[in-house]
Amino acid sequence: MNAAETPFEFVTVSYLTRIGNQSAGTLAELLAGLENCSDASIFHHTYQTLGSHHFLTEGFSNDFAQWVLADTNRNDLAEQLAALDIRDYVSIAALRSDLCRVVRDFCEELPHFAKQSALERFYFCESVEVTAPLGHNARTLGEFRDGIAHLSHAGFYFHFISSRLRLQLQTNDFSHWLSDGLGLQTLADSVNHIDIYTNTLDSSRAKLLRLIERERRKA
Amino acid sequence: MSETLAVTRIPLDDYAELLGAGEIEELRALAKPLRGRSMQMVNSTAVGGGVAEILMRLVPLAEELDLNIKWEVMCGGEDFFEVTKSFHNALHGAPYHATQKDFEIFLAYNEHNRATLPLDAEFVVIHDPQPAALIDARKPGSNHWVWRCHIDLSHPHRGVWDFLEAFVSRYDGAMFSSPEFSRQLPIPQYLFYPAIDPLSEKNCDLDPVFIAQILARYHIDPQRPILTQISRFDRLKDPVGVIRAYRIVKRYFDCQLVLAGGSASDDPEGAIVLKEVLREADNDPDIRVIELPAWAPLEVNALQRASTIVIQKSLREGFGLTVSEALWKKKPVVASAVGGIPIQIIHKHTGMLAHSVEGTAYQIRFLLSHPEIAAKLGEHGHEHVKESFLITQKLKRYLTLFLTMARGS
Repeated sequence: MNAAETPFEFVTVSYLTRIGNQSAGTLAELLAGLENCSDASIFHHTYQTLGSHHFLTEGFSNDFAQWVLADTNRNDLAEQLAALDIRDYVSIAALRSDLCRVVRDFCEELPHFAKQSALERFYFCESVEVTAPLGHNARTLGEFRDGIAHLSHAGFYFHFISSRLRLQLQTNDFSHWLSDGLGLQTLADSVNHIDIYTNTLDSSRAKLLRLIERERRKA
Repeated sequence: MSETLAVTRIPLDDYAELLGAGEIEELRALAKPLRGRSMQMVNSTAVGGGVAEILMRLVPLAEELDLNIKWEVMCGGEDFFEVTKSFHNALHGAPYHATQKDFEIFLAYNEHNRATLPLDAEFVVIHDPQPAALIDARKPGSNHWVWRCHIDLSHPHRGVWDFLEAFVSRYDGAMFSSPEFSRQLPIPQYLFYPAIDPLSEKNCDLDPVFIAQILARYHIDPQRPILTQISRFDRLKDPVGVIRAYRIVKRYFDCQLVLAGGSASDDPEGAIVLKEVLREADNDPDIRVIELPAWAPLEVNALQRASTIVIQKSLREGFGLTVSEALWKKKPVVASAVGGIPIQIIHKHTGMLAHSVEGTAYQIRFLLSHPEIAAKLGEHGHEHVKESFLITQKLKRYLTLFLTMARGS
């Protein structure tokens, strides 16, 4: 079994939610908020919310889409916002730009809906991130599998979802190491294709472990 | 006399079976840089009330992580607690004529506690308005002070809030249960949810035989749908509205309604509301109005577990932890979109939100007609609580806060 020169270091993450000073009671105000809020706020309502609501695999994508659906009753706009896939973005700026474009287009096309009051206000919040090393690492595929099997949800989320922004690549920590550390490009690609929107963190992990097992049997 | 409370040990590993060993390992990893650093929780009561209930579990769990944590309870006379109760109601928006004497009483007791409490920890967490003025004890630049507000400050009495704000603004941060409850302040504000303990008597698994005994004790038929609202008899919990919603549902489903809450015997307003509830119930044999003893966690647990649907039709709400309790038990919940409830109930995902008697009735009928959807909401609700509203998550949030403050963010 191959051993990587650079080990994979398992880390976990925890987020504190900081309450921002912006809120929105209409779609027009949501657009203004999206244009002006911090990057940490866009991250919180898209990436981070996907991690904390991972168990919802039908129709929950991000906080903006959920608010538009539940509090403004605009299914059409909610669907467009929900369709923005964070895997397509390697920067918050690009994601913000598309969120704004979708809401702006809707408000321009249907201006009478843009100023209608929502049932409840949307409050912009921010994620404050703290990471902590778990104190174990992996050099072989077996050690890697064991480490992943014992990760907390937050640790798995950190390596599998939020890592895309850190790496600035359309991949995740696991795939990156499988490819760069062990030279297993095909396995890396398969892992990167696990759909984080239609799987929970647990079912994503189970799929990942099955892929690793299949690779180990080949060796 | 102010006191440092000793708490009973709760082994952290007991939670591993429910949450997974990885979650416990994560808590240990986050706690590691904080070992040996001192923390203090300060509130105004050792027993009774949600804050004491949470600290009773949180502090021993923090000790399990080898953290140097102490729980201090401030002292106060009857006059102090009368004033702070009025402050509490006023901060919730009730009319109040604050006098200079009220403020003087508040300040005098805070000053007395400053002299007797050892407020020297690196991280000091002050809970609620009663001890807010203890911030005067802080030595400049010496330690981190945060204020945890457990109440809804969305429509506070101006005079009382202006008085408190002068103290709150001097903390390093403030924590609220919902963004809606926060204020414009010059300090960082964080979202901190209340939490339930899955191993406490109110939430632990129960023997089905015990649940059956509780149903029999209150003459509830286990064979027919049971709709339940657990809350004290308070107009803000809208028990009369719940009965009206039940009557609409009853036209289509042969169901029962259980309204269970703490005894109204020592609460004059509760007794009046209870009378209103009984009048509205009009001797309907399928409505059970149950006055529970002040502390009846196992009965509450059993009634929630026996329910087909749990209702929380509040007109105003703090956070509404009864919702988390029901969701933890995988119950479909129909609740009002007020206070902290929409944080727990993500509409159509972890439960159903309603805005009226008719809306509540409609959502109940929908769930009774679609038990498979009700079951899925219950499953998702359980996961939501596991992810965000358990005591272990609350501990994790505190660790994250202390780490953030220590690094100077």
